[in-house]
Amino acid sequence: MTLENTIETVVADRPQALSQTSTHYCPGCLHGVAHRLIAEVLDELGIRERTLLVAPVGCSVFAFNYFECDAVVAPHGRAPAVATGLKRVSPDKIVFAYQGDGDLASIGTAEIIHAAVRGENITVIFINNAVYGMTGGQMAPTSLVGMKTTSSPFGRDVKTMGSPLKMSELIAQIDGATFVSRRSLHSPAEIRKAKKAIRRAFEVQINHQGFSLVELLSNCPTNWDMKPLESLRWIETRMVPVFPLGDLKNAVASHGIKGV
Amino acid sequence: MAKQLLKGNEAIAEAAVRAGVDAYFGYPITPQTELLEYMSKRMPELGRAFVQAESELGAINMVYGAACAGKRAMTSSSSPGVSLMQEGLSYIAAAEVPIVLVDVMRGGPGLGNIAPSQSDYFQMVKSAGHGDFKPIVLAPASVQEAIDMIGLAFDLADKYRTVVTLLLDGTIGQMMEPAELPPMSVKRSGAPGWALTGASGRPKNGIIPFRMQADDLEAFNLQLQQKLALIAHTEVRYHEQSVEDAELIVVGFGTAGRIAQTAVKMARRQGIKAGLFRPITLWPFPERRLSQLADDARGFLVVEMNAGQMVEDVRLAVGGQAPVKFLGRMGGSLPMPDEILSAIVKLDQTTTPAHPVGAIEGPMTPLKHFVSIN
Repeated sequence: MTLENTIETVVADRPQALSQTSTHYCPGCLHGVAHRLIAEVLDELGIRERTLLVAPVGCSVFAFNYFECDAVVAPHGRAPAVATGLKRVSPDKIVFAYQGDGDLASIGTAEIIHAAVRGENITVIFINNAVYGMTGGQMAPTSLVGMKTTSSPFGRDVKTMGSPLKMSELIAQIDGATFVSRRSLHSPAEIRKAKKAIRRAFEVQINHQGFSLVELLSNCPTNWDMKPLESLRWIETRMVPVFPLGDLKNAVASHGIKGV
Repeated sequence: MAKQLLKGNEAIAEAAVRAGVDAYFGYPITPQTELLEYMSKRMPELGRAFVQAESELGAINMVYGAACAGKRAMTSSSSPGVSLMQEGLSYIAAAEVPIVLVDVMRGGPGLGNIAPSQSDYFQMVKSAGHGDFKPIVLAPASVQEAIDMIGLAFDLADKYRTVVTLLLDGTIGQMMEPAELPPMSVKRSGAPGWALTGASGRPKNGIIPFRMQADDLEAFNLQLQQKLALIAHTEVRYHEQSVEDAELIVVGFGTAGRIAQTAVKMARRQGIKAGLFRPITLWPFPERRLSQLADDARGFLVVEMNAGQMVEDVRLAVGGQAPVKFLGRMGGSLPMPDEILSAIVKLDQTTTPAHPVGAIEGPMTPLKHFVSIN
C-alpha cells in the first residue's frame, strides 16, 4: 500500500446546518432531500447562524429537529404571517418558511398571497406532493384530476372538487414577488436544479430584493400507495405535466429593505 | 406631563409606543380602528414595525412571530376580530411568548353592531382559545386607566411570558377625556435568552407549541398551570369605593363599573349603605376579596353591558352567602345611573333584615329593560 492510497478525501458530508439525527419521515420520502438541499445552501452562503426557520403544521412540523438553526412552529397555514413578524423586527436575520401544500395552498392561501403582495423579504420553500401527508392522504388543492385519495375515493372530480391549484403561477403574477420557481426532486438532475433555485431564493433575501418562493414537486410513497421508485416516476410522468418546471419569475425588482 | 384631551384608542396607542412596543400588527374593525390608524403613522416615524395585516389571523400570527424574536409586540381588535385571533392566542400561550392584545368590545353575537358592549367577558376570561390557558385580562374604566394599564400589560406579559389583554368597551375606545401620558421609556436593548436571534455561538432555540408524547404534554400543562396559579396569587387588582360599611355591594367592570359608581353615590345620599366593587383584573378574578365582602354584605348587584357573564364569577365567589342580582344592558345601550339606583333600592328592600336571605331566593325578577336569560 502506497502513502497516496491512505489519504482520504471527503467528497460528501453532512452539512453543518443539518442536525445529526435521523428523521421521522417515511422511507422514500423526499422531505429529507429538500432538507439537505436547504442545509447545503445555508452552509454555502454562510448564513446558518443568522437563519430563523418557521416550520408548518403537517409532516414537516418536526423540521425544527433537523435544522441547526433557531425555529418556531406556526399554526396551520400561518407560517408566512409568523415569518413576517419575525423578519420585520429582525431585518438582519434570514427568515424562511417551510410549508406543505395543504398548509400553503389550502388553509394558508391568504397568508402566502399577502406576504408576497407586501414583498416581504422572506423565503418560502413549498413542498407540493399533491396530498395531505400527516393526516393520512386526503385530497389537497394540488391533487391531480382523477387522483384517488382517502377523501376523494372515486377520484378528484373537477365538477365538484375543482382542478389542481397552481400556487406558483398565482404568486408569480404578484408584483411583490421577486423570485418564484418550481422545481422537482424526482431525479439527480432535477435535484441539482432545485438546489440552484433554493440558493437563488436565499440570495434574493440576503440582497434585500423581496419575496422568494421555491415550489418543490415531491412524493408521498406511503399515501400514494407506491414504492419509492414508482413515486419518482409518478412525479415525472403525472405531476410535471400539470405543474411545469422552471423559473416563473426572476426579477431584480424589490420593494426595498423592510423592517426596523 | 400635563393632562391633555385624548381619545381612548389613540391614547392607548401612544401609551403603547411610550411603553416600548417594537411592533404593531392589526386589521381595521370598528370601534378600535383609530388605534391601527394611529400606529400606521407613529410606528414608522420611530423606525418601528407596523403592518396592516390581511386579516386578524394574519395580525395575531405576525405578533406571534415578532414576539418570538423577543420584541414587544401587540395587536388590537374588536369582538368578532378577536374571535378570529383565538387560534393564535392558544399557540402563543403554548409557545409562552409575551404579547399584548387590546380588545375594544362591540355588540354581538355575529356581526352584532359597532356600539359599545361588554360581550367578550366569556371570550377573553373563560375561553380565549382551545386548551387549558388563561390570559391576564385588565379592564380599564377610563382613558387614564387604559393608558396606565398598557405599560402594566407589557410588564406582566414579559414577566410571565403570557398573553395580556386590555378589555374595554367601545365607549372608552371612542370617548375623549383629560388624561396624562407617561414619558417615553428607554428602548430595551438585547433580547431574552429564549428568543429567536440566530444560533450563533449557542445551541439553537426552538419555540415549539406542541408535545407529541402524552407525558410531555401533561408535564407542560402542569407547569403552565403552576404559572397561572402564581399569577392568580400575585396579580389580582380591583377598585373599591365605600365598601367598609356597605351592606349592598354593586359589582361592575369597565364602563359599567364607572356608571355604577355614580349610582352608588346616589344610593348613599338616600341613606342606603351601598358600596362599589370594580374588578380591574378580570382574570385573575378578585374572588377572595368578594368572598370577604360577602361575609358582611346583605346582597350584591352585578351590572354589566351583556346578558350576564361576570355575574357567574361573582356568584362563585359569593358562594351563596348573599343574593346576587343582575342588571344587564345589551346592543350598545348603557345602564343608566337611575336604573342602577332603582335596582339598588329594590335589592335594599328585598334584603332588609326582616326578610331573611332564604326568603328571597328563587327565580330572579327581571329588571327594567333586562331580558332575563336565567
